[in-house]
Amino acid sequence: MLDRPMSDKEMVPQGAASTRGAFEARDVLVSLSQAGIRRQGRFLVRGVDFSIRRGEIVTLIGPNGSGKSTTAKMAIGVYRADEGKVARKAGLKVGYVPQKLAIDWTLPLTVERLMTLTGPLSRRELLDAVEATGVQHLLKAEVQRLSGGEFQRALLARAIARRPDLLVLDEPVQGVDFNGEIALYDLIKTIRNRTGCGILLISHDLHIVMAETDTVICLNGHVCCRGTPEVVSRSPEYLKLFGARAAQTLAVYSHHHDHTHLPDGRVLHADGTVTADCHPGDGHHDDAHHDVGDGTCSCGHPHPDQPILRLNGYTPEGRPRV
Amino acid sequence: MFDDFFTRALVAGIGLAITVGPLGCFIIWRRMAYFGDTMAHSALLGVGLALFFDMNIILSVFAVAAGVSLLLILLEKRGALSTDALLGILSHSALSLGLVLLAFMTWVRVDLINFLFGDILAVTESDIDIVWGGGVLVILSLIYLWRPLLASTVNPELAEAEGLEPQRAKIFFMLLLAAVIAIAMKIVGILLITSLLIIPAATARRFARTPEIMAVMASVIGACAVTLGLYGSLHYDTPSGPSIVVAALLIFVVSLVPIGRRRSGDDHDHRLAGPGGHSRANGG
Repeated sequence: MLDRPMSDKEMVPQGAASTRGAFEARDVLVSLSQAGIRRQGRFLVRGVDFSIRRGEIVTLIGPNGSGKSTTAKMAIGVYRADEGKVARKAGLKVGYVPQKLAIDWTLPLTVERLMTLTGPLSRRELLDAVEATGVQHLLKAEVQRLSGGEFQRALLARAIARRPDLLVLDEPVQGVDFNGEIALYDLIKTIRNRTGCGILLISHDLHIVMAETDTVICLNGHVCCRGTPEVVSRSPEYLKLFGARAAQTLAVYSHHHDHTHLPDGRVLHADGTVTADCHPGDGHHDDAHHDVGDGTCSCGHPHPDQPILRLNGYTPEGRPRV
Repeated sequence: MFDDFFTRALVAGIGLAITVGPLGCFIIWRRMAYFGDTMAHSALLGVGLALFFDMNIILSVFAVAAGVSLLLILLEKRGALSTDALLGILSHSALSLGLVLLAFMTWVRVDLINFLFGDILAVTESDIDIVWGGGVLVILSLIYLWRPLLASTVNPELAEAEGLEPQRAKIFFMLLLAAVIAIAMKIVGILLITSLLIIPAATARRFARTPEIMAVMASVIGACAVTLGLYGSLHYDTPSGPSIVVAALLIFVVSLVPIGRRRSGDDHDHRLAGPGGHSRANGG
């Protein structure tokens, strides 16, 4: 799939991020407006606003239980929005890599068979996809015996083989070591550039995101902040920390929050009030905070959630940096 | 055509085994063994209702088994109790309700043992028609459902995201299971149906490399178990239903011993020599 010549329409210029204005409305694959999911009388996420266009990479970040996966599933129609609107392009073809995939040992499933799980593929499409993700030598291997990185690559191959308009990757780098993480991000970038699909990426890391990301959305039951990542390679300090290759692939995202999530689930706003939950319509938010666009903030409020880059060799999740 | 009672039993038994093989695979892939048991147990309630309202037993058993499975889906959605506990409640209440209902009907004389453990030697030609006719319908439906069902077995959300309607596939699968239980009751009995679903499928796992091969092999192994069991029951004068299950168990045990060890050794070698080192090289 990745080797075939691209028509002009499918070609996405490098740095599609900066040419957002060039996209037309028909390029919008999914758009969520004020969307929310309620379970047992409680909102898991609420007031979510974003859209994904062809060729665009959107990264969702946020702490555990913040509704990242829920939001992604709502975007692709696995969950129906209980509030607000989710619009998908007619006939949208989704390629999905779920966060958890425990395949029972009793199911004999080789990588080859996994590839055609949700639809038929030609031999050429199948081989192109496994070659693109570097798992062609594993075609006959049972998926239960693959390592974490191999399995993620096989799942990615399966998702791209069907030539989706929108690729949804729920924590694709989990269980993958640091070098594997860089390689996977490189691969995702290549897929975007070659096929021009939109990508919705969920990241487990609160501060480090894929450099190619066009929009970062920080969730914690609602959109806490959004913006663009700062490219690591600009700063010599980060270069030293990550190494030159990683610095091209990873980027740092600075959070600009106008509120703090208290341990009991309530929300402390910048204006000093405390509310039970937090959503754009509650009157405590300066609108600018929710769509800063360039990741900067000029409000003058204190920002207790500023990024904490631990320089002692560990990510905020405690994974050692290499 | 099948004037000999033993031939009739053999033909019906093999037809049933071929039908349940692929369904049994889904039962073990989806970890639904207890669920299958629950549906089978509810069949006795179906028998009781059929006798009470003077209805066709097969249709009544199908309706009750399907009803119990739909009830379970509804209760699961409410999420108050774990599926395990719900199955325990439904399974034994349905069985007991059936027994109590039969006891109330003093005017009906039923041989309970035949319903519980099957009466394959009493199979008639019309039973054979039902087994083979129903079996062909079940297999055709399963082929039609195969992709969504398999995809949602791997991950329902993945199936949903890529447009395969896993919930619909699940409900259809439960209806197929209810149909198979209704057909199988006369042959192996309510208490032994699950074993005919599970044991051949579990045996097939070691020899299969794809889900499709495993499904076909489960059918073949089931047919062997029926043949072996029936001849055994004739030779040793043992009850036929349990003899079939014992034969299936014997095949399973034999399959574990020598070939299992050699194959796992192969896999180990493959693992050592194979892909491990490669993927890192490709990563760069």
